[in-house]
Amino acid sequence: MSAQQFFFIVTAFVILFSAMMTVLSHKMMHSALWFVLALLGVAVIYALLEASFFAVVQVLVYVGAIAILIIFSVMLTRKAMEDTGSPVNKTWVLSLVIVLLTTVGGFLAFRTWGALKAFPADLLPVHYDIGELGLALVDPERFALPFEVTSILLLAALVGAIYIAFGRKEDNQ
Amino acid sequence: MNLLSLPLLVWLLPLPPLAAFALIVLFLNRSKRASHWTALAGAGLSFIGAMVLFFKAVRIPELAGNPIGSTINWLPTGATWLKIGTVVDPLTAIMLFFVAWTVLMIFIYSIGYHNYGQPAGKNDVPGLPPHGAEISDHGHSRHVPSVEPMYSRFFALISLFAFAMYLLVVSDNLLTLYIGWEIMGLCSYLLIGFWYAKDSARKAAVKAFITTRIGDVFMLLGIAALYSFTGTLNFREVFGNPATMQALTETLSPVFGLSWAGLIGLLIFIGTIGKSAQFPLHVWLPDAMEGPTPVSAMIHAATMVSAGVYLSIRFFPLISAGWHPGEALTPVMTILAVIGAFTALFAATIAVAQNDVKRVLAYSTISQLGYMIAALGIGAYAAAAFHLFTHAFFKALLFLGSGSVIHGMEHGSLHSSEHVDVQDMRNMGGLARKMPITFWTFVAGALALSGFPLVTAGFWSKDEILSGAFNSANLAVFITLAVAALLTAVYSARQITLVFLGKPRTASAENAGENKPVMTLPLVVLGFFAIAAGWIGIPHNFPIIGKLSTGWLQEFLGSMLQFEAEVEGHSSIPLMTSLVVSLGGLLIGWLLYRSVKKADQPDPLQWGLGPVFGLLRNKYWIDEFYQLVFIKPALWFAENVSYLFLDKKLIDGVIHAIGKAGLWFGSVLRNAFDLPVINGAGDGLAKGTKTSGRLFNRLQNGKIQHYMGLAVLFLVITGIIVIYYAVAF
Amino acid sequence: MIPLSWYLILSGLLFLIGLLAVLIRRNAIGILMGVELILNAANINLLAFWRYLYGYNGDLRGQVFVIVIFVVAAAEAAVGLAMIISAYRRKNTIVANDIDLLKG
Repeated sequence: MSAQQFFFIVTAFVILFSAMMTVLSHKMMHSALWFVLALLGVAVIYALLEASFFAVVQVLVYVGAIAILIIFSVMLTRKAMEDTGSPVNKTWVLSLVIVLLTTVGGFLAFRTWGALKAFPADLLPVHYDIGELGLALVDPERFALPFEVTSILLLAALVGAIYIAFGRKEDNQ
Repeated sequence: MNLLSLPLLVWLLPLPPLAAFALIVLFLNRSKRASHWTALAGAGLSFIGAMVLFFKAVRIPELAGNPIGSTINWLPTGATWLKIGTVVDPLTAIMLFFVAWTVLMIFIYSIGYHNYGQPAGKNDVPGLPPHGAEISDHGHSRHVPSVEPMYSRFFALISLFAFAMYLLVVSDNLLTLYIGWEIMGLCSYLLIGFWYAKDSARKAAVKAFITTRIGDVFMLLGIAALYSFTGTLNFREVFGNPATMQALTETLSPVFGLSWAGLIGLLIFIGTIGKSAQFPLHVWLPDAMEGPTPVSAMIHAATMVSAGVYLSIRFFPLISAGWHPGEALTPVMTILAVIGAFTALFAATIAVAQNDVKRVLAYSTISQLGYMIAALGIGAYAAAAFHLFTHAFFKALLFLGSGSVIHGMEHGSLHSSEHVDVQDMRNMGGLARKMPITFWTFVAGALALSGFPLVTAGFWSKDEILSGAFNSANLAVFITLAVAALLTAVYSARQITLVFLGKPRTASAENAGENKPVMTLPLVVLGFFAIAAGWIGIPHNFPIIGKLSTGWLQEFLGSMLQFEAEVEGHSSIPLMTSLVVSLGGLLIGWLLYRSVKKADQPDPLQWGLGPVFGLLRNKYWIDEFYQLVFIKPALWFAENVSYLFLDKKLIDGVIHAIGKAGLWFGSVLRNAFDLPVINGAGDGLAKGTKTSGRLFNRLQNGKIQHYMGLAVLFLVITGIIVIYYAVAF
Repeated sequence: MIPLSWYLILSGLLFLIGLLAVLIRRNAIGILMGVELILNAANINLLAFWRYLYGYNGDLRGQVFVIVIFVVAAAEAAVGLAMIISAYRRKNTIVANDIDLLKG
């Protein structure tokens, strides 16, 4: 086993463990913090995949924004969830079964696929350049459209979130 | 056949009265005038046709050999046809003559009898005889006779009756004759029971129908026997065929050792016993006086009872099969002679003691019919037919005359507001002055009935019979008939004396008045025939006058037979006897009854005869005897056996059982199939839908994790299926 | 060298844990965290495929897809949390199963 593989396995365990703890923590704060750890682990994976830009963006966006949002929400709703018992709902057994079925089924379905054993080819230096991605995003012949659409989505989400959060507050008062 | 040929006329003869019946019943019954004119037109047309036929027929030589008539194929019976047809031979011609005249006269008379033109009575209901209307005249009201409410019905029924009689007379086969016979039976039932609201009338109608029915059953057996033996019902084919006649005469039937001819003749004669009211089936005829008088005249004088005698005359060849004049009588002829003579005497004795003017005439009819049957029984064929001919005229005259008397008495009763029985002769008297036309015509008829010498038709025909009996050495018959003739004269004189002579014994008789010409004119016409009809049959061997006549009727009728039926005799005993009994009887009757001055005076004969008179007045208690011996057991049987046992227990039992079974089966189907299966299916469907709905309802519990879980589950399942199949194929 | 299958196994397992979180957690925010985990798993998957199968060609489709997913995840988290907060204000609960107004 090479160093890369070892590193990968460690990171993978960290991610999976953190994710499990997210699910199983009794306290929401703990759950949120484990979540942060999982996200950081994913960023490391990105880095392993030589998608360095994404690793950074992951930390910036997910950890820096989304996870913070979640922590804020947890704090705002803390009164509701203080020691109210089990973190999981009544039907966790059935759901576990379903999930396991999915897991097993999924793995069984794809075990014979040949490309599973593929190894990556070397990247040309030009592909390390993040400017390539930027140019691709604004090039009308390449990915300008998804970029624009995504911006609109963001706008809509922004407006919507403000409206939902705001309007209700006025009603309540 | 060309349109005006005689055979076609014979076919058309019965139809006008039938058309009149149909028209009145269906369309015209609201108008009294239209009804009687239609009926008159029907009778009149048939009258004209009958007269034409008669006068044409008497001119044809050897009419018996080749009569007017024709046959058509009617019912197919295997390889052959049952034919029906008409025939006008000498016997038919004679019948047509008197039937046509009497029917027409009775129709005309009925218009007046039922008071056409009078107002309708206030209390008159259909079903009861009308009893007068009140009309107010210059301030005071008086009672007058009122018009019969069921006027049109009467004319319809007598038209049907006339059709039946014509049909019977012109038939050349037993089948259509029987049809006419039965229709006449029906009409006599309807007409005797014309005033159906009267209990006595209803009973009398049923009695008439059932009594004649008894005779008809045997007659039907005779018809069947004839058909099965010879294969035909046609008169000419049976009587005119020597081979058939010989076979009938010589083959012995299984009954009483009679030949087939004798048996068939006997059975047919029993039909005559019923229809012509001979002993023992005579009981219906006196009760039939419940009907209106024109009905009595028509049915019991002119037509229906004559039809019975006509039938026996027609079947004389069978009755007398194997007999020749001068020989001993065949068994059937003996039976005819005995029954006829006995009935003649028996009925005459009863007639002497009756008080109702119509009852006397009824028993007189029975007696005279007995004469005819007796004449036939001793072989005096032409004499029997001759007496039938003359009797129709004078008996119809007598009945119509009695109706006129009753009508006048009713008028008197209404006028004087007295309530007496207007038909009882003891309440009458002195009507000769009040109702002259009726009186003189009635006298003509009564004298004819008694056999008053020379000027009356009855004399000639009765004399024929008596001389026939004497000359053929049937002395018992001769003596019986002579005694009956004596009694006939007695009761005729009794009737005339009580009704017309002397002084009126009640206020009704006092106020009686003559009737309108519409009623008296037929009386005059019939009176003419009562006098003159006998002159066509004056026999050759009659002293003085006989040389002048041709004895036409005897020859005419005699041609019907294969042999000379008249035995020539030269003794004057029969003639003397006729004269003595007729004149003597008239005298006795007049002497006895001229002393009756009051209505409630006891009958002179009662003093003379004592208890016998009671026996006579009560008709020898025969009706009571029949009631006890036949009617009560039959009623008991009908009530208890047929009704209570057979009908209620057996038949109703079966039906109720079927009903119960049906109900049970229905309930089984309902409970075992309908309710569980069909209802169950429907209910089950509804419940199932509800249950499944409730089941599926639990899927939507609003919990998103639940939804999410389900989505994933189904995704997995679908994935498995897809991949399994994708991998498999 | 790390075979592709390892990345795929990792993304698969992460996906499943995220799914578990979605199905099991009572807290609505916990459910949202599960969704984020699922999206992250998808990202890993995509990037792995890009790197191993398409990257050496200069084909940037995988990367663009991942960017889009990032954006979507962020937007969704924002809006979702806004809704959770507003629902919390109304009903005073963030147990997802208690908000069952859609019950049929």
